[in-house]
Parts: sequence; C-alpha cells; structure tokens
Amino acid sequence: MSIIINETTRIIVQGITGTQGQFHTGQMLAYGSKIVGGVSPGKGGQEVHGVPVFDTVEEALLVQQADASVIFVPAKLVKDCALESLDAGIKTLVIITEHVPLHDTLEIMAFSEKKQAEIIGPNTYGLISPGQSKIGIMPNNIFTPGEVGVVARSGTLSYEIVYQLTSAGIGQSSVVGLGGDRVVGMSFIQVLEKFEADPKTQAVVLVGEIGGNAEEEAAHYIKGMRKPVVAFLAGKSAPPGKRMGHAGAIIERGKGTFESKVKALTAAGVSVANLPWEVGPLVKQVLAQGSEEIYG
Amino acid sequence: MKLYEYMAKEILQNNGIPVPRGAVFTGVEGVEAFIEKTGPVAIKSQVLSGGRGKAGGIKFATEPQDAISKVQALLVTEIKGCQVERVLIEEKVSIEREIYLAITIDGAKRKPVLLASIAGGMDIEQVPEEQMIKRFIDITIGLQPYATREVTRQMGLKGREAQQIGDIMLKLYQVFRKYDAELVEINPLVVTSTQVLAADAKMTLDDDAVFRYLPEVPWVEEKTAVEKKAADLGISYVELDGDIGVMANGAGITMATLDLLQHFGSSARNFMDAGGGSSLQATAAALEILLSTKPKALLINIFGGITRCDEVASAFVQVKNTLDLKIPVVIRLIGTNEDLGTAILKEQGIESFKNIEEAVTKVISLQNGGGANVHNYQ
Repeated sequence: MSIIINETTRIIVQGITGTQGQFHTGQMLAYGSKIVGGVSPGKGGQEVHGVPVFDTVEEALLVQQADASVIFVPAKLVKDCALESLDAGIKTLVIITEHVPLHDTLEIMAFSEKKQAEIIGPNTYGLISPGQSKIGIMPNNIFTPGEVGVVARSGTLSYEIVYQLTSAGIGQSSVVGLGGDRVVGMSFIQVLEKFEADPKTQAVVLVGEIGGNAEEEAAHYIKGMRKPVVAFLAGKSAPPGKRMGHAGAIIERGKGTFESKVKALTAAGVSVANLPWEVGPLVKQVLAQGSEEIYG
Repeated sequence: MKLYEYMAKEILQNNGIPVPRGAVFTGVEGVEAFIEKTGPVAIKSQVLSGGRGKAGGIKFATEPQDAISKVQALLVTEIKGCQVERVLIEEKVSIEREIYLAITIDGAKRKPVLLASIAGGMDIEQVPEEQMIKRFIDITIGLQPYATREVTRQMGLKGREAQQIGDIMLKLYQVFRKYDAELVEINPLVVTSTQVLAADAKMTLDDDAVFRYLPEVPWVEEKTAVEKKAADLGISYVELDGDIGVMANGAGITMATLDLLQHFGSSARNFMDAGGGSSLQATAAALEILLSTKPKALLINIFGGITRCDEVASAFVQVKNTLDLKIPVVIRLIGTNEDLGTAILKEQGIESFKNIEEAVTKVISLQNGGGANVHNYQ
C-alpha cells in the first residue's frame, strides 16, 4: 500500500513537449509510472517517448482515462493549466513549477476546493510511492520500498533525508513534497492523516523548515496519532528577517522560529533529529518501541 | 517587494482611499512653502522597517523653521540600519478614532483575509486577539459589501461611519487584487469629524507577479549589489557574515548545510540556492559571486534531482580552469548522474564526497589550515 498514488495511477503531463516536461516524462516512464497522455496546446498529434500528445486536457480525457495530472509549464501559464485540468475532472494535481504568483495559487486552491480535488505544490518535486509510481522530478535511484512515510516542505532536503533512510536500510511507503511556497495545496496534516490510515505505513518522517506555522499545526494533529513521528527541521542557523530561498522560509515578527517548531513537535511526542544522519537511527528506535508496546 | 509609505499612499489615493495632504522631500527646499499651506505637520522618515515611530523617525512641527531643522535632522538619521533618504511631510489630522485595516494572505487557510480592529494606531502585535476581527475571503467571489457590513457590525460601528469604513474595505480589497499584493495595511485609518483618512500605509507586492505589475508601480531595491546580481541570474542568495562560501541546490538543503557548518563550529558566508539550473554560465556566475565575498573556503553541496551532477562537475572544472581559485573547495555530489560527475572531477584530480558529514567536516578542517583529521568530529 501507499498513499495518493500507486502502480495503477494513470497520469497525464501538462507541458509535455517542453524541455523539463520531456526529460521528466522519460524519467517517470523509466520508473514505471503510467503516463497515459500529454497536453501541449498546438502540439496535438505528436508523441513524446511514445506518449500521445493532445491539445487540451478535455481532449486527452476523451481518449484516455486519467487520475492525476502533473504541470511542467512556466509560472505565468500555471493558473490556466491548473484550472483546465481541475475543470476537466482531474482529482490529483501536482504543480512542479516555482514562482507561481500567489494570487494565482489562491484562485487555483479555491477552485480545487469546489472540485474536491487535491493539489500538491506549487514549487514541489512531487510525490513517489517507491517501487510503484512517481509523479515529479525526484531522482529515481535513492528511494526504496518500505514502511516509512515521508512528508516534506523542501525538495532536495527530502532527497537528503530519504537517502539517509535508504542508506540505513529503511524503505519508504510514499514520499510527498508539499512545496516551498507560502501557499500550497496539501498540508502536513492532510498527508499525515493519509499515512495514519495507510496499513503499510508504520512510522512517518516529517521534514520541515523555519517560517510559517505549518509544523506547529502538524504537531497539534500528531498528538492524536497512533503512529510514531520523527522530524528533521532546517534553518536552525538562519537569521531572522531573511528569506532563505523558499518564499515561506522566513522568521517574521518573532514567528516561525526553529525553537518554536522543535518545542511544539517535541511536546507532541515527536523525536526531533539534530542532524540529517540521526533520522535513520531515530526511526529504527521508534519502530522498535512501537513493536514493544504492541508485543511486549 | 515592500513599498515605502508614500508610494503605498499614492496607490491608495489613486484607488479612491483618501490620505492626508502631503509631499515627499529629499532636502529642505519647498518645506516652508508647504507648511504655509497646511499648518501643523507630521514629518515622517521613509524607511521600510517597522517600529519607525518608536525609533524616533516621526516628528511634529508647527513653525516652518522648526520643520526645516527637523527635516535636516531626520535626513541624516539611520533607523534600524537604514539611512533615511526621504521624508513625507503631511498635514496633521485631528483624530477622533483610529482603526486598523489590512488584507493579507493566510497560508494555512489558503485564502485572502481581511483583518479589522477598532484598536488601531498601536503596534498590531499588541492588539488583543478578541479585538481583531478576521474575515476570510473566497477569492472566486471577492470581498462583497455584505461581508463588510458584518465586519463593521462586529467592530461596533454604526450608521455613516460603518458605511464609510465598509467602503474603504472594498477599495482596499480592490487594491490588494489589482496590484498582486501580499499585504495592504492601513494603520491607523483615522476618522475625523469630516472624513476618513489612511494616516499610515504599508504595501508588500508579490515578487513572483513582477511580470504583470501595473506600469505605475514604483521599483524599490532592497537587495545588496551582490544579492541583486544573483537574483538576475535566478539564484537565491542572502549575505551572511561567516567564513565558508556555500553553494547548494534547493532551499531546504542549503539551510541544512548552513546548520551543519554551525553545528561543527564554523559558519557560512552566505545562503546560495543555485536552484535547478546547472549550466556552465550559471555555475560560473554563481562561483564568481561566492569568490567576490572572499570566503576562507567553499563548500558545494549538490543533491541532483532536476540538477544533473555531471553538468555541475563539468561546469566547475571549466570555471576552475579560468578563475584563479586560491581557497580550498570541497564538493559533495549525489543523485542524478553522480557517477559521471564524480568521474569528471576525479580526472581533474578533484576529490568529491558522497557523504554530507564528510564533506562538511572536510571543508571546516581545510578552512582551519587542513591539519585536522576529518573523522575526529564524530
């Protein structure tokens, strides 16, 4: 089992004829993802890695049944493409593009609520259920199937943590990148709920960073979770008032500090790792404790 | 992009929100003539940091001579590290009531939110929670008059005053949308016996919407020269004051790299997220920026996803052969095409690491003269 996507998930790629769209369609196919169509206005009738290209999402859905769509178009065009696939009935939408204007993101989110669709991103590497399917731009070789769920705000930092897990012999059920923007679709809590309900997932790793209060809100939910959670947070050394790359990663008016997040998570029973390579050992520890509680 | 008060007020005024009569001065010329027209004035330093009043950045004057000497004094003042380059002189308004109004974005609710309080005029952090009314806005319908009637009712406003303030809320929402704002704030909105005026205003616009800013939007440069150069290259860069220059790809891993340097007793000269690009040109420019800040050593930490390790490695080799690198450089390569990248570096006699801990401890030992055994840190 896994969350959100699995080996049966049928995917379309919006912006499939662009440089990134083409490259990552190839990578996703190589990983085993079921890419059933691509969309690129004016390019209908072409093929990319053997995948048929359509002019519109509605046209693609007339020919191919699809569950999810992934967007690789430039920031200015994201709103139109996202609304298009939501209107066409796509229920899982992954927006890889960064620098999407905030007001566009707000409109996309409002429409997705009306359509009861789930959005991952913008500014995300996507999500992967190792050994089954991936939607996004993550490297194929660092993931391994297993029982630990990972949810993160940051891309390459997730890779680092997943690499630490894999190196320690710990596989992953699903790995989800929420995106680094101030406003993103799925939240830590929504993903944690899915991991809590997923029979395969035994523990969850939360990868957070300074800024905002998403980690504090997640901590509130984690208090009621059955499954153990391990966290790693970036930004301990960041000075206040400086935006550290991600639009959301800023300590403002004394809020969003590293200390506040560690405090909230620790109080919720989360084991917070000080260093990236402590995550693996901590996961092993909480899993062992979990089985002691059940069998001991 | 944060706007100065006078810029924000010009936008508000052009969109139907009244502001006090005022003018911007970079010197004392014209101050006397202005005061003769208005009578008593407030002289306000134009800086982007908050808490300007407490820091002595706002003065009052009635006589032209007094105003001139206060303008002169303010124009040589620094407020929270920012040199005051302009003052806004405004007619002093008689206050009956001060109100707080703002529209911003709530990240958790993923909606615009109208914030309103009858406790205006003070530091907004100090307004008690129960006195701050929050109204989330469905962006597909926008802020509607009925919602402002409910908000003004909750504020305890009545009659004409409620109507006037409700009207300002609607206009403020229009400004928020029209200018791609992250924040529009009026604090205080002053109610006088005859009118309602935005006595102070803040506006922050979304940097990612810059391609569609309206032509009347002014440009405010907050970045240092080096930060600006980096931004033009699509590199996210923040100057810090430590020893080791850092280049990584991805904001999270860059932050974590900085944290690791601190953990092992060193510090970073900068935050540099070189992003997904790994072209020769971009890598060369990034390295030049790093070297221009004269760090004691460089740490390059690449976890290839969208970035390909072999491209970064080739770019680094070429740049190294053209630039005169006198400081130690440690490279960590992992992810997409890592074997190719490692091989390219090895051919040139450059060692690269796969393990982040080894890379960080190595660069610190080299920064300190290279004598330390890198494994001693554990």
